[in-house]
Amino acid sequence: MSHPQLDEHGRLQHLLSLDGLPREVLLQILDMAEPFLEVTEREVKKVPLLRGKSVFNLFFENSTRTRTTFEIAAKRLSADVINLNVSTSSTTKGESLLDTIDNLCAMNADMFVVRHASSGAPFLIARHLRERGLEHVHVVNAGDGRYAHPTQGLLDMYTIRHYKKDFSGLTVAIVGDVLHSRVARSEIAALTTLGVGELRVIGPKTLLPVGLEQFGARVFHDLRQGLRDVDVVMMLRLQNERMKGALLPSKEEYHQRFGLTPEKLALAKPDAIVMHPGPLNRGIEIDSAVADGPRSVILPQVTFGIAVRMAVMSLLAGQGAQA
Amino acid sequence: MNPIPEAEGLYSTLRKRLAADIDRFDALVGIHSGGAWLAERLQRELAPSKALGSIDVSFYRDDLAQRGLGRSRVRASHIPFPVQDARILLVDDVLYTGRTVRAAINELFDYGRPARVELAVLVDRGERELPICARYVAHTLPQPLPAGERLELARDEAGLFTLRTLRDEPPTTR
Repeated sequence: MSHPQLDEHGRLQHLLSLDGLPREVLLQILDMAEPFLEVTEREVKKVPLLRGKSVFNLFFENSTRTRTTFEIAAKRLSADVINLNVSTSSTTKGESLLDTIDNLCAMNADMFVVRHASSGAPFLIARHLRERGLEHVHVVNAGDGRYAHPTQGLLDMYTIRHYKKDFSGLTVAIVGDVLHSRVARSEIAALTTLGVGELRVIGPKTLLPVGLEQFGARVFHDLRQGLRDVDVVMMLRLQNERMKGALLPSKEEYHQRFGLTPEKLALAKPDAIVMHPGPLNRGIEIDSAVADGPRSVILPQVTFGIAVRMAVMSLLAGQGAQA
Repeated sequence: MNPIPEAEGLYSTLRKRLAADIDRFDALVGIHSGGAWLAERLQRELAPSKALGSIDVSFYRDDLAQRGLGRSRVRASHIPFPVQDARILLVDDVLYTGRTVRAAINELFDYGRPARVELAVLVDRGERELPICARYVAHTLPQPLPAGERLELARDEAGLFTLRTLRDEPPTTR
């Protein structure tokens, strides 16, 4: 099976999606993130692994947190990081995406970190690089449309493994606006690959895609029922900016039915952890009492995210090597 | 040809050489994995009050583009003492090109400015590619090993050491 993100030896060439990513590669990234976490705790938070490499952060869609964590990850690997705020640059003058890529390759780019509003844009770039014979240039998908956000999915898996060790005995619930969420897609793919015990998806009918059962997920439209005895609660952000048409009666009603409150969280296991990819809509999908409470691991997720992104970038940069 | 030396005997030799000098150091730091085992045992048997650390040099290697990461599992480095002004004994199983030691010294300096760093190894197999030498050596191979042959320390469940040779996967710049 040919997979656009693996090379002919089955090694990671680009990180585009967690769909179809082999379990060994997934585990390799999670294992490698561990020693990088130690680096991020040092006085000098920097190792020389990517010294001299040029990493271009290409954000065609705004994202302060993801861009910042990729930038920090690359800098802690000693790479040179160039941030392109694309909405204010050539694309607004009509330069096409692939022209932009060609120009940056002419500046000897080694890696692109791409965020794009259109699903599949990073795949398009990866294919284009292959056609140009630029296999040594790597692409990391930092979120494309509704499709995938693989590093978020990976850091979520890292977080679960950090607190809960083994996946097979866990009940994990993904809560909220799954329909518009690339984060949810990546989480579901990774949890399935890693063999999670039970996967639940909880949300209003209008915000859940059809066919979730085929991924082995149990679907709930009632948060209280769905949270019963879960080990991990993965909240999603209500994506106001992606919401077209009236899928919700009101934010207040959403909060009442699907907002995570201390009272609803009490239905989960006593040691359940609460995750959220950020940024938080406090008082809508999550109460401050939960977000800032003892079971929240939302800020550790951010720290782990840097280590996971360092692992992904060094794995890719090391793939110029022969087998 | 070089017979493979007996590791436990070499360990005793190294321990004897270090015993008189151990108070010249504040801390022992072993290079993962063989050196870390050696440092751990030396510290336990010679100087239990001294600090013990371990280093995995994977992030400081000079051959990422040739070898990549992830062939073997990278461990977190563990330096639980202030490196600033410390007298450090770096410990490794086999000294070869010197590149691993170079990487370890670079890594140590990212934690602070040590007062002094010296090197102890079980076996010196020669053929240095950098100006690095060990102050404490249990055994020097009389002849070079064939290129592509790797010599490394193993440790059994009882904690006993053996040396073994492995065919290295090409290309090697260890």
